[in-house]
Amino acid sequence: MRLVVVGNGMAGSRLVSEVRARDKDIDVTVLGAETWQPYNRVLLSNVLAGTSGPDQVRMLDASWYADHDVTAVFGDEVVQIDRDTKSVITASGRREPYDVLVLATGSEAVVPPIPGAERAVAFRTLDDCTAILAAAGVARSAVVVGGGLLGVEAARGLAGRGLPVTLLHLAGHLMERQLDPEAGLVLGETLAELGVRTRTGVTVTEVLGDESGPTGVRLADGEVVDGDLVIMACGVRPLAGLARDAGLEVERGVVVDDELRTDDPSIYAIGECAQHAGTVYGLVAPAWEQAAIVADLVTGTDKNARYRGSRLVTRLKAKSVELAAMGETHVDEGADKSTEVVRFSHRARGTYRKLVIRDGRLVGAILLGETTAVGTLTQLYDRGGPLPGDRAGLLFPGLSSAAPVADSPVRMPDSARVCQCNNVTKGQIRACWESGARDADAVAAVTRATTGCGTCREAVEGIVGWLCEQEGVSA
Amino acid sequence: MKPLESTIGPMPMTSLPAPEPVKAPGSGRADSGAGTATHCPYCALQCGMRISATAAPGGRQEISITPRDDIPANAGGLCQKGWTAGELLTNGARLTTPLVHGEPATWDDALDYIAERIRRIQAEHGPDAVAVFGGGGLTNEKAYLLGKFARVALRTSQIDYNGRFCMSSAAAASIRAFGMDRGMPFPITDLAAADAVLFAGGNVAETMPPFVRHLNAMRERGGRLIVADPRLTATAKSADLHLQLTPGTDLALALGLLHIAIADGYADEDYIAARTTGFEAVRTSLAAWWPERVERITGVPVAQMREAVRLLGTARRAMVLTGRGAEQHAKGTDTVTAFINLALALGLPGTEGSGYACVTGQGNGQGGREHGQKADQLPGYRKIDDPAARAHVAAVWGVDPEELPGPGRSAYELLDALGTPAGPKALLLFGSNPLVSAPRAGHVAERIGDLELLVVSDLVLSETAARADVVLPSTQWAEESGTMTNLEGRVLLRRRAVAPPSGVRSDLAVLSGLAGRLGHPDGFPDDPRAVFDELRRASAGGVADYSGITYERIAAETGVFWPCPAEDHPGTPRPFLDGFATPDGRARFVPVDHRPAAEDIDEDYPLYLTTGRVLAHYQSGAQTRRIGPLVQAAPEAYVELHPDLAERLGVTAGERLRVVSRRGTAEGVARVSGAIRADTVFMPFHWAGRASANQLTNAALDPTSRMPEFKVCAVRVERVA
Repeated sequence: MRLVVVGNGMAGSRLVSEVRARDKDIDVTVLGAETWQPYNRVLLSNVLAGTSGPDQVRMLDASWYADHDVTAVFGDEVVQIDRDTKSVITASGRREPYDVLVLATGSEAVVPPIPGAERAVAFRTLDDCTAILAAAGVARSAVVVGGGLLGVEAARGLAGRGLPVTLLHLAGHLMERQLDPEAGLVLGETLAELGVRTRTGVTVTEVLGDESGPTGVRLADGEVVDGDLVIMACGVRPLAGLARDAGLEVERGVVVDDELRTDDPSIYAIGECAQHAGTVYGLVAPAWEQAAIVADLVTGTDKNARYRGSRLVTRLKAKSVELAAMGETHVDEGADKSTEVVRFSHRARGTYRKLVIRDGRLVGAILLGETTAVGTLTQLYDRGGPLPGDRAGLLFPGLSSAAPVADSPVRMPDSARVCQCNNVTKGQIRACWESGARDADAVAAVTRATTGCGTCREAVEGIVGWLCEQEGVSA
Repeated sequence: MKPLESTIGPMPMTSLPAPEPVKAPGSGRADSGAGTATHCPYCALQCGMRISATAAPGGRQEISITPRDDIPANAGGLCQKGWTAGELLTNGARLTTPLVHGEPATWDDALDYIAERIRRIQAEHGPDAVAVFGGGGLTNEKAYLLGKFARVALRTSQIDYNGRFCMSSAAAASIRAFGMDRGMPFPITDLAAADAVLFAGGNVAETMPPFVRHLNAMRERGGRLIVADPRLTATAKSADLHLQLTPGTDLALALGLLHIAIADGYADEDYIAARTTGFEAVRTSLAAWWPERVERITGVPVAQMREAVRLLGTARRAMVLTGRGAEQHAKGTDTVTAFINLALALGLPGTEGSGYACVTGQGNGQGGREHGQKADQLPGYRKIDDPAARAHVAAVWGVDPEELPGPGRSAYELLDALGTPAGPKALLLFGSNPLVSAPRAGHVAERIGDLELLVVSDLVLSETAARADVVLPSTQWAEESGTMTNLEGRVLLRRRAVAPPSGVRSDLAVLSGLAGRLGHPDGFPDDPRAVFDELRRASAGGVADYSGITYERIAAETGVFWPCPAEDHPGTPRPFLDGFATPDGRARFVPVDHRPAAEDIDEDYPLYLTTGRVLAHYQSGAQTRRIGPLVQAAPEAYVELHPDLAERLGVTAGERLRVVSRRGTAEGVARVSGAIRADTVFMPFHWAGRASANQLTNAALDPTSRMPEFKVCAVRVERVA
């Protein structure tokens, strides 16, 4: 069988390695428009922030393809699918016949059609990233247009490099797809402390500049925001033109069924170019889930593998900004009787926590500011697991389980085990004291307390000391 | 309670080394005191102790045990197991007569019967129809002679041992990375001088309490302890940072930590360039394991992972340790490899005062895996399929290399094959109780039930011995001599302190007697020193070279670290300082990927079960469940569950619960505790029958080490009406 994969990004490269992990014999060719080895787009924000080097985001080594008998073509974009002859044709005229074709063409950055837009840099690819880094080295201040996930990460990353940053956003609050208004507000305040000035509800009408580059942007009300580095993070749109030209069904993305098949049974689509059950996913986790399912189907490993949609967890990758958002976050109190909303807000500390609960299950959450609950809540959301009756314990882990510890020798009951290693209780130590032992060594000689790990020595000394004090008091 | 002798002295840290410089090993305080200097019968710490036996009224012996100060591992400490170890010498729980089909028999009759049955079964089905199963508690001498007995006297390839269930994943990963598996390749006293220690899946506060003295000493000097465990164990409670991961996700955690270490600039590039190979492939593979993805899998918040890496990365001396919690998985080898990769990236292994170590569990878990009771192995940690190794060992044994069998089945595969048409028909079992300790124990019981012959040598009538055709009563630790190699790789001398009761024989004598009856009157001495001298020759030139170690040296030096290739060689406390045991002397990075547990939770079995140990009991409990104070301390099996889960199930503390998996059921008393994750229940595995946690566990095996997945499977919990 000949498998051809169009696109060598996060989805395409994942599919290729998933297929090879299952089947050593299928003839696999992957065609990528970018000249880079496949890299992890999720980590581009880290590259921008300087916490990862460009060499640290590569997903596969160049030698991987030869080692695994995969034909890889870089920098040669596929321009046409010829469904009659079952082959694809690249810009350089290369023709690759297929038995099974998988489209993993991803998406492209949306650049608003405004004057001077060419002076701005998009934030989408590793090439974009290196261009921004080069410009950031000499820039005095930056403007980021778009306050979604990528825009916030880019703004935070540049601010972390010491650049004053203004973040401009069309909607009324930051990351409005993932956050409710209050969370967006708290996020803006947190960013402000890190050197990012945020303006929401503003429309950029022009990128200003001269021969040497951008100088700022003009807003709809005429105000000019200065900046000699302008970054566009205005969202993405699926790259579905190839499929559309080939006559496949395309809405926002390439329409696929639960097998990730298009309306041509020999063509699949996965990742950000695909639209499943009305949803186009823009995160990597769904793309990788889809890749695993297509690999199962194509190799025959699991003919019953089906994609049922993904639960989305957004996790901001920005230093000193802890933010997780999942599921239905826009539901508010009183929305309907079956939905509970639990909320804690402490803006002065940059903390905002919200849970949306339906039928005893977590269906949405926002966690902003330092929180140890994020791991537990993410897993409860992912699995749809039942929640404890005590909702406060979910927001404040440790609150419910932290029983008062009677560690003072006075309050400790006689039955309390003081020495774990030798199973010695306070009562035994008291009895030992009553028979004349007056220090920890004497107690150890009789009870063996303190002779194991030694950790309880202070506790034993404390009990003996207290008993001696009591003696003094009563004498 | 017997009064203690006055020699215990001050316990705390006084005998631990000063923080700097790291103290040379074997220079502990001189030992003093009455009685025979020996070691504890239980775990791999092999605490030094003295035993005195005095005559008591009624012809009984009074046994008194005191800790030794001169053994660095315990530094004068003992846990309750150690203090009470003498009870089994006198409390009448042990066997003193061979049993054939449950009836007392003479030794000659019992051994004749066994030899005759072996001959007939092998004549009918071939040499592999007789299998041997050993244990990680056996002395080096016994482990060695057992391997030789299988290969030379029985000529069977079918030998393995319960150590497969303990350290095999760490062993495989260490060999892959370093070319050598010496669990802890540095003296245990190095721990006290570390600035940060990451301990993945170990609970030494319960399993080997005196170990905690070294961690406490480290923390008292400002060192930080990080513990990764699904439970807030006694060890985790004392840690500065607890990573409470989802069971079965240790590998993902290690990948996330390494990703952060590289991203945050803690990789030691000079060390990586000078002392390792393969880093680029690992770096590339880590692009798929960014922290937020790992958080979703493990449940460990990114901020905590980052803090753990910061503590390790900024430490001048740091250590990464793994225990069974990280290792007992169907991906245990890869999990340990991921933690080793982390240690390598930080430049720790082979650097004085730092390193990676597996904290070995069983008494002779280290030595037991070196001398040939493992299916694929010959003495000296040699591989049985290596022609040079076969030639060397065959020459020592005086046999033709061609006659030596090849590799046999691994422990669980061996148990799973018993009594099947293609599998062994007879099993000789030494120092193990698989009906309690093996995974999927109900199935193992069925397999054992189909054997034509089961022979068990033990000191008590264990659950497995109770099913045997022939039971051979053996001497126990204080009644015999031999060497043990502790978790540091330090070879120690266990000395005979009391006379065995009449009627019992050592395992060496059993093997000698059987070999003689099977046509090998020579080559199977029953004297431990004679066996050790042969072991020295057999191990010479191997990875675990004991040829320079003598009983006298061990006594004089309070232990000798292998490799020790000559009598004038000082032993090797830190084997990797100058280079690793690989052909090019460099440690190998190996890229690994996380994968889910072999059995994940679902609607029918919605909870994770993880198993482990309690302080008062050791392994299958065959010994410790027969010691009064230990039974009193921990009388019965329990099921630990979170208050949220208890509330949902309507469970109150102290009621009986039934835990059900796809393989069986087990019962225990509910222990409600906020120390465990709400999606997980815990059971200790020391009990038998209806209380046996291993009725539930999953026998999915690691592809490399053949380690079963003891630490995670899917269960549901029911109230016992």
